[in-house]
Amino acid sequence: MTRKQKRLSVILGGLGFLALAAALTFFALGQKASYFYMPADIEQAQLAPGQRIRLGGLVEEGSIIRGQGTTVRFSVTDQANTVKVTYTGILPDLFRDNQGVIAEGSFGSDGVFVADSVLAKHDENYMPKEVADSLKERGLFQHAEPKSPGS
Amino acid sequence: MIEIGHFALVLAFALALVQSTVPLIGAWRGDARMMGVGPTVAITGFALTALAFVALLSAFAQSDFSVANVWQNSHSLKPMLFKITGVWGSHEGSMLLWVLILTFFGALVAAFGGNLPETLKANVLAVQGWIGTTFLLFILTTSNPFVRLNPAPVEGQDLNPILQDIGLAVHPPLLYLGYVGFSICFSFAVAALIEGRIDAAWARWVRPWTLAAWMFLTGGIAMGSYWAYYELGWGGFWFWDPVENASFMPWLAGTALLHSAVVMEKRSALKIWTLLLAILTFSLSLLGTFLVRSGVLTSVHAFATDPSRGVFILAILTLFIGGSFFLFALRAQSLTTGGLFHPISREGALVLNNLFLTTATATVLVGTLYPLLMDALAGTKISVGAPFFNFTFIPLMVPLLVAVPFGPMLAWKRSDLFAVSQRLAFAFVSAIVIALMVLMLSDRKSALAAAGIALSSWLLLGAVTDLAVKAGIGKVSAGVAFRRLAGLPRSMFGTALAHFGLGLTVLGIVAVTAFGTESIATLKKGEALDIGGRHVRFEGLRPVSGPNYTAQTGTFTLEDGTKIESSKRFYPVRQMPTTEAGIKTLIFSQIYIQLGDETADGGVVVHAWWKPLVTLIWLGGLVMMAGAAVSLSDRRLRVGAPAARRAKLASAGGAQ
Repeated sequence: MTRKQKRLSVILGGLGFLALAAALTFFALGQKASYFYMPADIEQAQLAPGQRIRLGGLVEEGSIIRGQGTTVRFSVTDQANTVKVTYTGILPDLFRDNQGVIAEGSFGSDGVFVADSVLAKHDENYMPKEVADSLKERGLFQHAEPKSPGS
Repeated sequence: MIEIGHFALVLAFALALVQSTVPLIGAWRGDARMMGVGPTVAITGFALTALAFVALLSAFAQSDFSVANVWQNSHSLKPMLFKITGVWGSHEGSMLLWVLILTFFGALVAAFGGNLPETLKANVLAVQGWIGTTFLLFILTTSNPFVRLNPAPVEGQDLNPILQDIGLAVHPPLLYLGYVGFSICFSFAVAALIEGRIDAAWARWVRPWTLAAWMFLTGGIAMGSYWAYYELGWGGFWFWDPVENASFMPWLAGTALLHSAVVMEKRSALKIWTLLLAILTFSLSLLGTFLVRSGVLTSVHAFATDPSRGVFILAILTLFIGGSFFLFALRAQSLTTGGLFHPISREGALVLNNLFLTTATATVLVGTLYPLLMDALAGTKISVGAPFFNFTFIPLMVPLLVAVPFGPMLAWKRSDLFAVSQRLAFAFVSAIVIALMVLMLSDRKSALAAAGIALSSWLLLGAVTDLAVKAGIGKVSAGVAFRRLAGLPRSMFGTALAHFGLGLTVLGIVAVTAFGTESIATLKKGEALDIGGRHVRFEGLRPVSGPNYTAQTGTFTLEDGTKIESSKRFYPVRQMPTTEAGIKTLIFSQIYIQLGDETADGGVVVHAWWKPLVTLIWLGGLVMMAGAAVSLSDRRLRVGAPAARRAKLASAGGAQ
């Protein structure tokens, strides 16, 4: 091979590699990204059983049922609709009534959402961004005002 | 004191403006006096920023709640260490630390750049001044930590309890030393573009800076990972969270830069590419700062974010990335290329390394920004998490890791792959044997785990083989081999150590992922659960009170009497509970216990993990840092080593 041909083959090899990586990335974005839904969107979403999603909303007041072994049941609500959720394990420290949370998992055949991870961020004023945005759209968002000095 | 600090910061801003312009004009006009302004201003600017920082520090130490930032982030009952680290626990303070480190690096160039070409030094300091100016302006206009409150509150609001940890003392400073350290590489790159030429001095200067920044960033990421592991209480070491990716991208790009800078220094090839990588790495650092500070992405690690300030950082980001790429497009052709090489050569291997690392950086970038893009363009909210990154990143890394042991053993310019393979045969066969043993011991179930173990063994043995071959062990007598080993340039030890550390990290990740186990149970006092082949007995809960929190602490005992304590704390000032995981290190492995809620029948939910070899993940990071440190101590990297001395060394070393 001449030097020119060699260089060309190296460049083509590199480009081929990049194309492969790009293909892999876009395939993975289609397959492995999970969509975010609020309870009100669930019915229209037509989710296949077992499809992984992120469910966001507020923990419905009084819905947390603990004490049945290690499984916790609670409901996630956006005031328009409510979804029952079960989770096995230890919930985040800041998980409580009316807290904005994101549960990741899929719906079981009985219509109960089985979460394998629950996010409630580590800041008392915090609400996951997706939840905050969606609640703002619905006019349900109350911004936590910083406490004024002396109060 | 606070007003002095505030004033010092304003002065530092004014000086940064001078630093941005005067040396630049001086370099353009060839005016030595104007160029001479640069170092003086850079060092004074650093001193003033340091003064501002000390002022804020003393306000925190004295719990001066008339300062708004102290009031928001401190409390008089907080232990002194956390009062001090609380300085950079808030957005304002952490930006001040950022600028402090930036001016510190600028001052280092000013102080030790005596033998740099005068115009290059002036230009570098000017570019450094631009970055300083924008960030000081950012602090003064949007994130001023020196704002007073009147009347002064009696008590502070306390720092987020998650941050009241020794991790805050170590992680952000290390991370920022890494992020901001790359600003020097960036400044050198932009200065080279302004001058339109790169020479040997340029490459010799950039490499140690890259190494130092990379070393700190490695430490910062490893420390952050360990902190999240023990503090967040999920037992995970890496979540592919946007904030983690934000620090990981500059690391990947910086690793590529580290390797391409070697080629440029030794063979003066890949000049334009190295320049581009230097710009890219710092751009990713800026992007990281933006992503973390603006809170545009949902993350479990982001603290004290404020979206309104994000716009300012976004503007800085656009200015620097856009500007430097524009300059690059304008000037890159004028830079000469040199040093041809065969694909099978050290250069070829390093190009391969760069190809893989930059592609991996790109996939992480796409995965991190895609949700933002989808939200902005289509309004669809999606999340890209571990499944995506495991699917794209790991396949890209595996071939690179397989290639790692070959790299340092190939000769420059043109090499013989077959001969190198022969030398690596021992490492290869051993790795396969280890994999087969793992396969047998794990009942032939985990072929993937065995492959992972083989890969890490290959990396570890490959690093050792590299040194052994260079010392001639097995070919010459032991005494000669030892003397040769001792005489090898330190950078060779650095390479081998860093690659060995990489192997340790991979081994830790594989072991935890493949052989880690977990168990969740409701335990009453006296009951036990089995984890990792050990019997863990729950001895009950007892109340504990700390300086600014109360806690319920659960005690667990192993059969040999070893105690593990895990607790749930409650910080009354912020009305916030936290979990302090109980961790017991057994050689390299760990038992990790997290307490959950108390159940109605008087038990406690307990989540326990067995984490085999987990500490290797972070020890590997430390070994990589050590490798970089050893490399940095190589006298040939010390700028100013006379050329004659270097020539003598090169002929004596021979191998380079």
